[in-house]
Amino acid sequence: MAGLTTAKSTLAGMHTEKLSGRTQQRFFSPEEAENYTYPWAYSVDFDKTADFDAADMDTMAINKRIRELMNEGYGHIVVKNPGAKHSLGVGILNRLKLDFEGSLGYFGCGLIDGPNIRVSGRVGWSCAENMMAGTVVIENNAGSTFGAAIRGGDLVCKGDGGARIGIDQKGGTIIVGGNAGAFCGFMMQRGRMVILGNTGKNLGDSMYDGIIYVGGTIRDLGVDAVPGEMTDLDCEWLDRKLKMYGLSAPRGVKNMTKIVSGKQLWNYDNLEPVEKKIAL
Amino acid sequence: MCGIAGLIHRGKKADIGTEMTAMLQALKHRGPDSTGYALYGPEQKGNKFVMRFKVAEQEDLAKGFDITDIMAERKKSVDARLKEMDAKVTEREKATEYSYRYVFTYDGDLRKLIDYVEDIDDVEILSVGRALELIKDLGDATRVSDQYQLKGFKGTHAIGHTRMATESDVDIRSAHPYWAYPFSDVSVVHNGQLTNYWIGRRELERRGHRFMSNCDSELIAVYLADRMDRGDDLEEAMRRSIDELDGVFTYVVATADALGMAKDTMAAKPMVLYESKDFIAMASEEVAIRSIFPHEIKTFDPYDGEVRVWRA
Repeated sequence: MAGLTTAKSTLAGMHTEKLSGRTQQRFFSPEEAENYTYPWAYSVDFDKTADFDAADMDTMAINKRIRELMNEGYGHIVVKNPGAKHSLGVGILNRLKLDFEGSLGYFGCGLIDGPNIRVSGRVGWSCAENMMAGTVVIENNAGSTFGAAIRGGDLVCKGDGGARIGIDQKGGTIIVGGNAGAFCGFMMQRGRMVILGNTGKNLGDSMYDGIIYVGGTIRDLGVDAVPGEMTDLDCEWLDRKLKMYGLSAPRGVKNMTKIVSGKQLWNYDNLEPVEKKIAL
Repeated sequence: MCGIAGLIHRGKKADIGTEMTAMLQALKHRGPDSTGYALYGPEQKGNKFVMRFKVAEQEDLAKGFDITDIMAERKKSVDARLKEMDAKVTEREKATEYSYRYVFTYDGDLRKLIDYVEDIDDVEILSVGRALELIKDLGDATRVSDQYQLKGFKGTHAIGHTRMATESDVDIRSAHPYWAYPFSDVSVVHNGQLTNYWIGRRELERRGHRFMSNCDSELIAVYLADRMDRGDDLEEAMRRSIDELDGVFTYVVATADALGMAKDTMAAKPMVLYESKDFIAMASEEVAIRSIFPHEIKTFDPYDGEVRVWRA
C-alpha cells in the first residue's frame, strides 16, 4: 500500500525531488513513541457539545475557554460572535470539531494539528499558518497569506482569497473557491493549491515543488513556475477533493491549468553565481 | 505598523466622530503613539472656511514657565495676520491649550493666507476646508476624542489613523492624517513605507509645495494635491500614485465629497473593506469595522494595485 501511494503521488507530479547532501539528515525517528504524542493534546468525546458567546471576551479568554472545554472532554465546541478577534483557535493539537459562528481576525486557527474547524464568516491574514493536520473550512472570504507555511491538512476558503496564499507551503491542500491575489504559492515547497477563480500576478514565484491548479485566468507566472500537463490522476484527485467541500470547477476540472516548478531554482544554494543568474 | 480607517455615509449624515473613535480604538494595538481624524462635517457655504491650527506641540508644555505666554503671543499673531489679510473670523474655539478651531470668511488667495499665517514660528495649520476638520494628537482614540470633544460630530465621511512611529518623531506634526496643503478639504492617512520619499519630496518642493514633517506619509498628500493641481481628478491622481510612489503602502484619501483607497502593487499592507448601498467602511483590520457593526457582515480584501473611490 505504501508503495502504491508513493507511485501515485509521483505520477501526480508530487515528491519528485531527489534528496541529497544536507537534506538527507534525519530529524525524525518513527521508532520513538514520543514523536506521536503531544503534551497539550486532549482526549475528547465527539458526542459532547458545548457553546459559548465570545462577544465580550478577549482573545486569551476565548482560547482559554476552548481549552477548558476540551479538558472537560467536549469534542464539539461552538464559538458564537468571535468578532474578528485575532489568534482564535490556535495551537489545538488534538481531534476536535470547532465551529466559529462569525469572522476571525489575523492568525486564526494557526499552529493546529488535527481539529476540524469551520468558520461561517471571513478570516483575516495568515489563517491556519503552519497547520499540520485537520481541516479548516471558511465559508466566506480570506485575507492575505492564507495557509502560510502549512505542512498538512485541508484548508478551504469558499469565497475569494487575498495575496500570497500558500506562501512557503510545505504540504497539505489549499483550496480557494473564488479569486486569489498576487504572489500565491510564493516559494511553495510541497502540497497542492487549487484556485477555482482567477489569480493575480507572479503565481508560484520561486516554487521548488508542489502543484497549483487554476480554474480561471492567471495574470502571469512567477520565476520558475511553468505549466504542467493535466493527467487523469490530477482530474480524479480534484474531482474527489472538490466534492468533499461542495465545490466545483467553473469550467470542469479537465479544463483547469496545472502549474508546477520548472526546477531551475532547485538546489539553488548549490548553483554557481553564473548559474543562478541564468536560473533567475 | 500603524492602523488606518475610513468610512463614508452615502446620502446622509451620522455621528462620524463616535464611529471613527470606535474604529480607531479597536486599532490601538497597531499604533499607540498618536491618533488622528479627518472629519468631514457640514459644508460651509461660499467663502466660509474652517481652520484647525496649533501653536505648540504637546511636549512643549513641559518646556519652561513661559510657554503659556509664548502660546498666547503666537495665537495673537495668528489673529493679527488673519485680520491683516482681511479674513473675518466668525467663530473662535480653543480646542486644547495649544490648538484652535476657527471659522472665517475670506475672498482672497487661500494659499497666500495660509503661508502668511504659517510663517509665524511654531504655528502649524492642520487643515483648512469647507467640510474638513483635522484633529490629531498624542495618545489613543478615546483620549483624543475626549480631549477634542469629537463625540456627536455629525458628518458624511471620515478617515483616521493610529500611529506607531518608525521613521519620524512622536509629535503632532508627524501624526496623521495629513492635509494636502494648500488644497482645502483633501486629507490622507497611510500605512506603509515609501522608499522614494526624498526624491519625491525634492521634486515637489521644487514645484513650490511645503512639507511640515519628515514623515513619508505627507508625501502622498502633497503628491495627490500636486496631481490634482495639474488637472487630474482624484481617481486619476491615485492611479498614477500606484506607479510613481515606490514602496509598500495602503492609503486612504478623502475630499469634501469623496473617499478613496489605494493599495500598492505588492499588496503588502492590509486593508479590509465593507461595502453596502449606503455605507462603506474600511480599516487595516476587520476588528475595527466590527466595532461599529456587531452583526455579521461580508467583508473582503482589495487586491494589489487596486484603487477605489466612493462619493458621499
